[in-house]
Amino acid sequence: MTERAEQGGPETASPSRSGARQASPGRVRLKRAGLLLLRTFGSLAVTFLGLLIITFLIGRVLPIDPVLAAVGDRAPADVYDRVYHEMGLHLPLYQQFFDYVVKIFQGDFGTSVLTSRPVLDDIVRVFPATLELATIATILGVLLGVPMGVLAAVHRGRWPDHCVRVLGLFGYSLPVFWLGLVGLLLFYMKLDWVGGPGRLDAAMEDFFEPVTGLILVDALLQGDMEVFWNAVSHITLPAALLAYFSLAYIARMTRSFMLEQLAQEYVLTARVKGVSEARVIWRHALGNVMVPLITVIALSYAHLLEGSVLTETVFAWPGLGSYITSSLLNADMNAVLGGTIIVGGVFIGINLLSDLLYRLFDPRARR
Amino acid sequence: MRNYLAGAALGTVLAMTPYGLALADTPKDTLVMAFAIDDIISLDPGEAFEISTGEYTGNTYDRLVAFDIKDVSKLRGTLAESWTVSDDALTYTFKMRKGVKFVSGNPVTAEDAAFSLQRAVILNKSPAFILTQFGLTPDNVKDKVKAVDAETLVFQVDKPYAPSFVLNCLTATVASVVDKVEVLKHEKNGDLGNEWLKTNYAGSGAYALRQWKPGESLSLVANENYWGEKPKLKRVLIRQVKESASQQLLLEKGDVDIARNLEADQLKTAKGNANLHLVSAPKGTVWYVGLNQKNQYLQKPEVRKALKYLVDYDGIANVIMAGRATKHQTFLPNGFLGASNETPYSLDVAKAKDLLKQAGLENGFKATIDTRNVTMTTQIAQSLQSTFAQAGVQLEIIPGDGKQVLTKYRARNHDITMFQWGADYQDPHTNAETFASNPDNSDEGKVKTLAWRNAWDIPDLTKTTAANLMERDAAKRAAVYQDLQKTILENSPFIIMFQETEVAVARKNVKNLVLGPSFDTNLYAGVSKD
Repeated sequence: MTERAEQGGPETASPSRSGARQASPGRVRLKRAGLLLLRTFGSLAVTFLGLLIITFLIGRVLPIDPVLAAVGDRAPADVYDRVYHEMGLHLPLYQQFFDYVVKIFQGDFGTSVLTSRPVLDDIVRVFPATLELATIATILGVLLGVPMGVLAAVHRGRWPDHCVRVLGLFGYSLPVFWLGLVGLLLFYMKLDWVGGPGRLDAAMEDFFEPVTGLILVDALLQGDMEVFWNAVSHITLPAALLAYFSLAYIARMTRSFMLEQLAQEYVLTARVKGVSEARVIWRHALGNVMVPLITVIALSYAHLLEGSVLTETVFAWPGLGSYITSSLLNADMNAVLGGTIIVGGVFIGINLLSDLLYRLFDPRARR
Repeated sequence: MRNYLAGAALGTVLAMTPYGLALADTPKDTLVMAFAIDDIISLDPGEAFEISTGEYTGNTYDRLVAFDIKDVSKLRGTLAESWTVSDDALTYTFKMRKGVKFVSGNPVTAEDAAFSLQRAVILNKSPAFILTQFGLTPDNVKDKVKAVDAETLVFQVDKPYAPSFVLNCLTATVASVVDKVEVLKHEKNGDLGNEWLKTNYAGSGAYALRQWKPGESLSLVANENYWGEKPKLKRVLIRQVKESASQQLLLEKGDVDIARNLEADQLKTAKGNANLHLVSAPKGTVWYVGLNQKNQYLQKPEVRKALKYLVDYDGIANVIMAGRATKHQTFLPNGFLGASNETPYSLDVAKAKDLLKQAGLENGFKATIDTRNVTMTTQIAQSLQSTFAQAGVQLEIIPGDGKQVLTKYRARNHDITMFQWGADYQDPHTNAETFASNPDNSDEGKVKTLAWRNAWDIPDLTKTTAANLMERDAAKRAAVYQDLQKTILENSPFIIMFQETEVAVARKNVKNLVLGPSFDTNLYAGVSKD
């Protein structure tokens, strides 16, 4: 860790220091950073626009009548026509899109026809449920997956390796829906270790007033330990389930990265120099693996943040996945677009973050 | 093995936490239900038109009149104490019940009732047609429906309709009485409080809304001001649980008192569980197959009839729907005025082949069937596929999401489709109008009745249906509906198959759960827990 800390330190302090010693490289660096920033924002904007256009078009070519979701099947013709016009569906496609984008820039994501509420309010309500679940699942996935991958690589071809491989194989092949139900049957019904579907017991949920929407955090903030433990009991199983799937992926990737590193000459050198095996594996090899691993973890985290529809369905978890899916199936386009923008934003944000961490961990990326 | 590992891991974590023994019981004064309530769009009774919202408004709002859930032909006054119908059948006068208060404490007056009906007509949302079919428009409604004084409401219709029809329509959700003062307090841009009432409450029913979290839960609390018998339980908590297997687990474990959406095989399991009991009621919903008359084969009368002999009615009702439906072949569900119980059709391949031969199709033909991709519907479609095939009719199943199938159906682009039709209000006209009426069969036709959707052009039946609305003699009116049902049974492009039964499964200690014949008569007020 020391070498990385040393390399990480100057990064933050560099502008002032280099600025003091030699002015021109500092300015070049600043300029380059500015360009980078500009380029990043440029590509961000293009990505977002592309995302919007594609989602918008998909929504319009779906063979679903969006007015139906709003007025239902039984509405008389005049009501139908009125809503059709209110939704602007009589306008040409490009104009509908233009109007929509203009509104978004004004911070108006429109109203969801399924919930009769502003889309932004809806997302603020459902996203924390997904965020809480995905974060815990990812933490668990990393804490277990990375050591397992390392062990598998070190003991390549022997039983730890086989165990990890079989575990990973299950993780890939078992349907999450089935696994969720079996998990509930065993740990909730039979063993009574965890809470059932839902984020809290029904009676408790009704009285709990969320602040951030992250129930675990809210309960701690309010000092309500009963709610906290209840929330823990409810999140344990779905989080463990999602963690399992991300663990399988992380362990597999860690294993292959580690194998590559362990075959490098510096590992041999370190061993020859008499560095302890633990230090060789956990510090030198794993240290170098951290860089690509961050991308893997970030991607798996971003993926979980989209919300897992099936997990949310089995566990009656009111998250982003079911929100976007049910909106899509009802051609509730404001909600779908709003959700897509959020998911897209999360993806881009996490990518940026992993880029940043990448720079922090990899000395070469800083030059 | 995976479970074993996960279990071992979880076990160690959980052993350290204090929730090892979770409380399995729900609170004593609260009814907790697992229910798929994601169809709720708006809680405003002037706009609400979904199954779950019907149940919500039925428990939280009162109407002027209500029908007896044991005999729907009997009407009783609720917020109206009594009523009279003028001799020309154009004016209805309601006397309001005295001493009734809204949850806000405001008294319920004829002024509130008039405002509520006017409001529904002026808002003109999906269910408004139930009122506007009496000639009410946003322009004239303030003259036609008004409070003469605090206790007297006058309701005028444009034609001498059968009084049973008018009063039956006034039992519908859209005719719920809202608190005028409270609603107008929250009016924005002349919306008559619609935006506010979508997520809030201003009624006088047995229960009042506590909060609605879309996609999560709906909670009700007993209305302290309720004029009728007070609800036994203080609270009702409805938790959105879409997956029926999850509902089953919650129920068996005792974390909910009632599960509302269990499927056939889960109902079988529940029957064998001593801790549970089943409550069921026939609903005003029929399952039917629609044959598009634009299709060259399906438009032949012999083919329509042949297909009616190619459905395994008993097999589907007993095995696939197991307890969730009964065989029913006429368009009026049992419980409606004039409903006929005739079931002349059963699976008869020989007869069907004979009929197909008469149509010159002894080698059968090919057609597609659009169905929603939910378990039960898919299973029924597969059953149809196999029985149709026995007479050489090759059915290709096109599964789709509900709204997608509906969109195609409304555009008349299907060959065959399978759907449910639920009554909009408790009067036979709601079904007669859709199965036996088609004012304009052109593609531009604005009234998209089921007859229109299947391109069935029936000018004579349309006239009969309209005329029967004016029949003031209930017995004669019923007789005409029986004739209509016979005709539809015989000739129509509708293979009506089943009447739906709603089944709720409750814990043993839940008493007096009553499911009514309509979705807005599933009432919680009498429910108690031991």
